[in-house]
Amino acid sequence: MSVRATVRALPTLMKVGFAEAVAYRAEMLVWILATTMPVIMMALWTAVAREAPVGRFGEPQFVTYFLVTFIVRQMTGAYAAWEINYEVRQGTLALRLLRPIHPLWHYALNNLAAMPLRLLIAVPVALLLLGVMGRHAVTTDPFLWLLFAVSLFGGWLITYLINALLGVLSFFMESSLKAVNVYFALYMVMSGYLIPVELFPRWLRTASDWLPFRYQIGYPVELATGVYGHGAALEMLARQAGFVALFWAATAVFWRQGLKRFAAYGG
Amino acid sequence: MIAVRDLRKHYQVHKRPPGLLAAVRSVFHRTYQTVKAVDGITFDIGAGERVGFLGPNGAGKTTTLKVLSGLLHPTSGEVNVDGHTPRRREDAFLKKITLVMGQKQQLLWDLPPAETFEMNRAIYGISRADFVATVKQLTELLELGDLVNKPARQLSLGERMKCELAAALIHRPRVLFLDEPTIGLDVSMQAVIRNFIKAYNEKNGATLMLTSHYMDDVAALCPRVIVIDKGQLSYDGDLDTLVERIRPEKRLVLHLEKPVDAAALSTLGKVVSHDAVRAVLQVPKDAVAATVSRALALGVRDLTVENAPLEEVMSELFSRSRAEREEQAKRAVGT
Repeated sequence: MSVRATVRALPTLMKVGFAEAVAYRAEMLVWILATTMPVIMMALWTAVAREAPVGRFGEPQFVTYFLVTFIVRQMTGAYAAWEINYEVRQGTLALRLLRPIHPLWHYALNNLAAMPLRLLIAVPVALLLLGVMGRHAVTTDPFLWLLFAVSLFGGWLITYLINALLGVLSFFMESSLKAVNVYFALYMVMSGYLIPVELFPRWLRTASDWLPFRYQIGYPVELATGVYGHGAALEMLARQAGFVALFWAATAVFWRQGLKRFAAYGG
Repeated sequence: MIAVRDLRKHYQVHKRPPGLLAAVRSVFHRTYQTVKAVDGITFDIGAGERVGFLGPNGAGKTTTLKVLSGLLHPTSGEVNVDGHTPRRREDAFLKKITLVMGQKQQLLWDLPPAETFEMNRAIYGISRADFVATVKQLTELLELGDLVNKPARQLSLGERMKCELAAALIHRPRVLFLDEPTIGLDVSMQAVIRNFIKAYNEKNGATLMLTSHYMDDVAALCPRVIVIDKGQLSYDGDLDTLVERIRPEKRLVLHLEKPVDAAALSTLGKVVSHDAVRAVLQVPKDAVAATVSRALALGVRDLTVENAPLEEVMSELFSRSRAEREEQAKRAVGT
């Protein structure tokens, strides 16, 4: 399917994807509860900061950081690895391959279709943040907000492409779910989701600059909380774009090679 | 429309015996076996033909259909479907074909089939007017009614299969690959699906390739059959000739006026089944007329002359090719 045709099909695919995302109301509620980890981390770290600040983080900074983290995680979430894994092993990927739309586009649109639902949760949290902490808790620089918007998309792209790559590995590994678990553990720690990257020991912080995880969550959060000047912010954005390109290329190569091994089991 | 030349599809399959020790051993050392799912088949199918693709379980039927629809890359050989090489999966090719797998579903599980139809409309780039006309036609032919507005998971198997067929045909494909489309359905639903497939073929001139273990499907839909076994072609031709070749005898089905003992019937021909006033006899084709006139003397209320059931014909064909293969293997060991 050409890019133009995909764009034309986009509204319908998003609409159907959204209908799927909200099909189970109870599951939706559980999912909302499952995304509250930053709130727990906020409680934990503010308790620590009550004794004495940790680096530049006092109680208000921790509250701001984890509320923004919550929003960023909502806006960059993707879960294609599980879907692809399941469909490769069960052979149901065959049904996607029969349609004139690239399956990786289709998974991406399915993931994006859940975004309005995610906004339903993210927007009240953003309003709460502004209400409780005041507008100066976050950056007031419009240029950084512009970069923040771009970085959210970049963060989502990296998250989705890593998911797709891990899913595609199931062509070669029979199941790549263990690899997904390893990725997820690294992602939780290294992205700044549980601990701000600024609080990492120096060597780990340097390492995180050259790993993709920080660009999924930490970098957008740091942009919104005003950590960077324009130059540093653009440099980080370039690195984020580099990771997008890297994972895009890797996913495309592994997909092409993997498809030759697809056995379309069952049926 | 479809041309297949010396098609082969071989898989490497990991083999290990059962048990804990074998499981641990397989972590360090794996043995693989080559399975020849399709092993050098050649055939052509013309536009608008309806062809039954038959064979026992594991014969290579589904693998062949998956190669033809571009899902699997062949190990070797050439495949052409309406001017396309399927493994390239070009959009123009995908818009011309459909593959319906009776054991897999494309319907969105949690949503009504109407949503899947709408999604396919967007993906295949169908205009709204064409889409409305096609859905109307499919709804009438398949008697879908309000089914399309119920979540797919709440539909019965038969209802779901009707909707699956509709979803697979929204883009009006010219080539239909149907893999066990009536599996698990009751007799009346099988008939509905069969009638629909035939009507679609006649109305749209679509080419149809069907696999099914229900011989009624094949008999009703396919004037031509291709039989494969262990990945190799064992018959390609019209169904009647196949029956003639494998079971040249005819079946006389007698409904008698009063019970007749088996000894009296056995003088007419081989008794296939007999219960009080109904008997089925097998007689040579050229003896049918004579046997019928002798049977009438027994007091017959109704009489029909039939071919042997297709199930029996196929079972005979498969056992013959198995025996031939064993014979060949013995000869190979002997040399």
